[in-house]
Amino acid sequence: MSATESPKYTVKDFASDQDVRWCPGCGDYSVLAAVKKVLVNLGIAPEQYAFISGIGCSSRFPYYMNTYGMHSIHGRALAVATGFKVAPPDMQTVVITGDGDALSIGGNHTIHALRRNVDFTVLLFNNEIYGLTKGQYSPTSPIGKKTKSSPYGSLDQPLNPLAIALAAEASFVARTVDMHPKHLQETIERAMRHKGSSFVEIYQNCNIFNDGAMAHAQDRKVRADNVVEIKHGEPMVYGKELNKGLMRKGRDVIPVTIGENGVTMDDIVRHDEHAPVGIHAQLARLKYPAFPEPIGVIRAVERPTYNDLVNDQVADAIEARGGRPDLQQLLNGNSTWEVNEQGETIGR
Amino acid sequence: MPLETPVDPSGKPITDVPNATIRFAGDSGDGMQLTGVQFTNSSAIFGNDVSTMPDFPAEIRAPAGTVYGVSGFQLQFSSSDIYTPGDEVDTLVAMNPAALKVNLSDLRPGGIIIANEDGFTPQNLKLAGYEENPLTDGSLDKYRVHPIPMTQASLRAVEELGVIGKDAARCKNFFALGVVCWLYGRPLTPILTFIQNKFAKNETIREANTKVLKAGFYLGETQELFDRSYRVPKAKLPPGTYREIHGNEAIALGLVAASELSNKSLFYGSYPITPASDILHELAKHKAFGVQTFQAEDEIAAICAALGASFGGAIGMTASAGPGIALKSEAMGLAVMMELPLIVVNVQRGGPSTGLPTKVEQADLMQVMYGRNGECPIPVLAPRSAADCFDMAIMATRIALRYMTPVVILSDGFIANSAEPWLIPSVSDMEPIKVEHPQEPNGEDDEFLPYLRDENLSRPWALPGTPKLMHRLGGLEKKDVTGAVNYEPANHQKMVNMRQAKVNKIAEFVPEQTIYNETDEAADVLLIGWGGTYGAIREANRLLIEMGHKVSNIHIRYIHPFPRNLGEILERYRGKHIIVPELNNGQLLRLIRAEYLVNARGLNKVQGKPFMVSEIVEFVDNLLTKEKKNA
Ligand code: SF4
Repeated sequence: MSATESPKYTVKDFASDQDVRWCPGCGDYSVLAAVKKVLVNLGIAPEQYAFISGIGCSSRFPYYMNTYGMHSIHGRALAVATGFKVAPPDMQTVVITGDGDALSIGGNHTIHALRRNVDFTVLLFNNEIYGLTKGQYSPTSPIGKKTKSSPYGSLDQPLNPLAIALAAEASFVARTVDMHPKHLQETIERAMRHKGSSFVEIYQNCNIFNDGAMAHAQDRKVRADNVVEIKHGEPMVYGKELNKGLMRKGRDVIPVTIGENGVTMDDIVRHDEHAPVGIHAQLARLKYPAFPEPIGVIRAVERPTYNDLVNDQVADAIEARGGRPDLQQLLNGNSTWEVNEQGETIGR
Repeated sequence: MPLETPVDPSGKPITDVPNATIRFAGDSGDGMQLTGVQFTNSSAIFGNDVSTMPDFPAEIRAPAGTVYGVSGFQLQFSSSDIYTPGDEVDTLVAMNPAALKVNLSDLRPGGIIIANEDGFTPQNLKLAGYEENPLTDGSLDKYRVHPIPMTQASLRAVEELGVIGKDAARCKNFFALGVVCWLYGRPLTPILTFIQNKFAKNETIREANTKVLKAGFYLGETQELFDRSYRVPKAKLPPGTYREIHGNEAIALGLVAASELSNKSLFYGSYPITPASDILHELAKHKAFGVQTFQAEDEIAAICAALGASFGGAIGMTASAGPGIALKSEAMGLAVMMELPLIVVNVQRGGPSTGLPTKVEQADLMQVMYGRNGECPIPVLAPRSAADCFDMAIMATRIALRYMTPVVILSDGFIANSAEPWLIPSVSDMEPIKVEHPQEPNGEDDEFLPYLRDENLSRPWALPGTPKLMHRLGGLEKKDVTGAVNYEPANHQKMVNMRQAKVNKIAEFVPEQTIYNETDEAADVLLIGWGGTYGAIREANRLLIEMGHKVSNIHIRYIHPFPRNLGEILERYRGKHIIVPELNNGQLLRLIRAEYLVNARGLNKVQGKPFMVSEIVEFVDNLLTKEKKNA
């Protein structure tokens, strides 16, 4: 839609009458605001959307949207959304989930939905903590993290959500940050416009149980030096002066400063969203503090969606039979016999 | 009693028998299931009533020759209505020593053993644990033993086709089939047609199997092996068009029919599990009816996807066995809370845990009734036979759509795999399933109230995509009428009661309980059954009456809620014997006792096998005889 056209819907059209009940200051608020703005931009009627969530703080999200919605059970949002999207009617479907929901109890559904490429957007609110159950370490918490359930420090190697999405061959993989509203909105909008599974990891601050856990990427004062805003076709530069960048060295990607040690802009890798998945996996593995972390769309490729494939198979089967077959014929099967009024079997 | 009527072209006498039970047994790779199915088909087309029961080993291909690799297929065919695959076996076909060993105890004294002599090698004898060859050591003297070198005979029959070695030996099941067809005067034509179709693309195999089948048949006719053959006269059946049907197949076809009758598309989410997988296989074939099948990553995804499809307006369906239902139970609770239609099929098998995956048991009744957190009522329907699965699948859909509720269909491994002749219903006689989706808000000020109920206590099924009806569902407690999240104590009480009241109301919709062999005055014994024990209980009842006892029986197909007249029936039998035979340790028994405070007693068996008719007959006979003595 062009900027001059007046939008068909306003933010208010997408807001439900329910009071939003997240803790004041929670990162979820900014995601809710960004999503509503994206929906205004998309210009599609509220009744054409369904928000489907699992369990966790962020999973209350559907209650706050004036669209169709389901607050399902822990970990299963992607499974519910798969059936919802495959069966008619074909709705704009958004899955709301968290690090515990999508990567711990529901990890299986995450990888399988992504590999199938069901046409929905997955917004994964990653706050590296269990908020709703009041502060236990999550599958994305760093080693050594002290929480109520890990007073001596967590022993678990954290999962890398983007790496998992890429390993599952997700056709759209991105990361964004709750406190960076413009980037947040742009990234979600691209995800929603993508056909196929789009997976967005959102760094989300839980100011009650894990305040500042991702400050390196959220805090305006420092984030420029800690995150690389990657853009398709452009060199991966970062830093307040945009004088730092990512360079290839052998098989690795390393951070460098332009102008130092003979490094020039030409040495900086240009981002390619369509590149082989291995390169994207390397980007996904760059973790603060050793590396700057990429944010933005890491991967966007086209492949057929599962829902289309399922429906095409049905349509082809109907066509191959020259229309819907006769139910009576189906019930009769291939081999029948008759019994006459005298109760005698009279063969086929 | 047997009648002698010598007419066989060979000049051998033919003995008429009212019914016969045959079991084919061999290695799981010997093709015994196929052999049994073909014999069944031939018998049904001949005009007998037939009931079958396959017996699979738990291992897919256990080492050849071992007792745990034995696969069996039993069928009974009869000149009158029959309900069971037979208690005692009249004729046992044993392709090797292990098959003989495993099945011999079920053969009646004087029964016929047809053994593949070539399978009784020293190695196979050892594998089966025989020191001596039972075919020759005299240990089978109380049976009529017919050793036939079937492998050799098959090889000879196909020699001229150039089929040799393993390929030729593989035809030997058709040889066995040919022999038994002669023995019981079965027509070969249906089997020959099957061979034509099945091996249409491979002329050599087609010819080989045809030759071997005929060779088996002629062996009976020409050789001195058998001194007579048997005939089971045609049964008198209600007029109409018939076919063979298995329970799993019937459930699948029932759901396709329900989808057509309701004009709603069917979405089937499933994860492979024995003995339910055939429902997936069957439905996957019927895409042309708009059926979407989804082989999910696990049991939970299977039901959740089905529920997602229901939210979208499809008929969501899933099926599994007990272990899978355990995994699905949280999502079943969600369906209860959201009040969405959903069909959940449990094809029961032996438990607990992995239990006896290929064997029959009825021990998941309490699981589907109560195996969820919270007060979580779900209607439970229990088909009584393979053919009944079709009707119950349609009924389950009617209930699910009319009352906006998940519905459980409780089948079992016996029903799922056994076949029976099915009087094919006419589609034009089937009542359409009416479904209404609201188009306009139902509240004031254009508000949509997703939990405003109709006269059935059912809530509206608003289709996503409909303007002005946007609403959110979820697992948190709902406020009455508005459906908003609500934690108030009085509201929770009200909603818990409401969900149960809605399920109870279904009793007004489903048929009353019928009584078999009802007498003016209550009989001395009332047998109460459910599910796949139908045949055994009805047959037992018939025999008990023949023995001079006063016995009636009811077979409950609607377990939750119970039929509205069940209390009345039980009241009539207060003070009489109320016996509940079940393949568990007393689950329906507990429900009946709790609900109606009657002194019912159980007759329980958990051996992975169906009831034998004689077990029920003996139990009741002993009870009544003892009583008479004491009187
Ligand atoms: S607990 Fe944390 S994540 Fe949950 S609402 Fe509060 S701030 Fe947000």
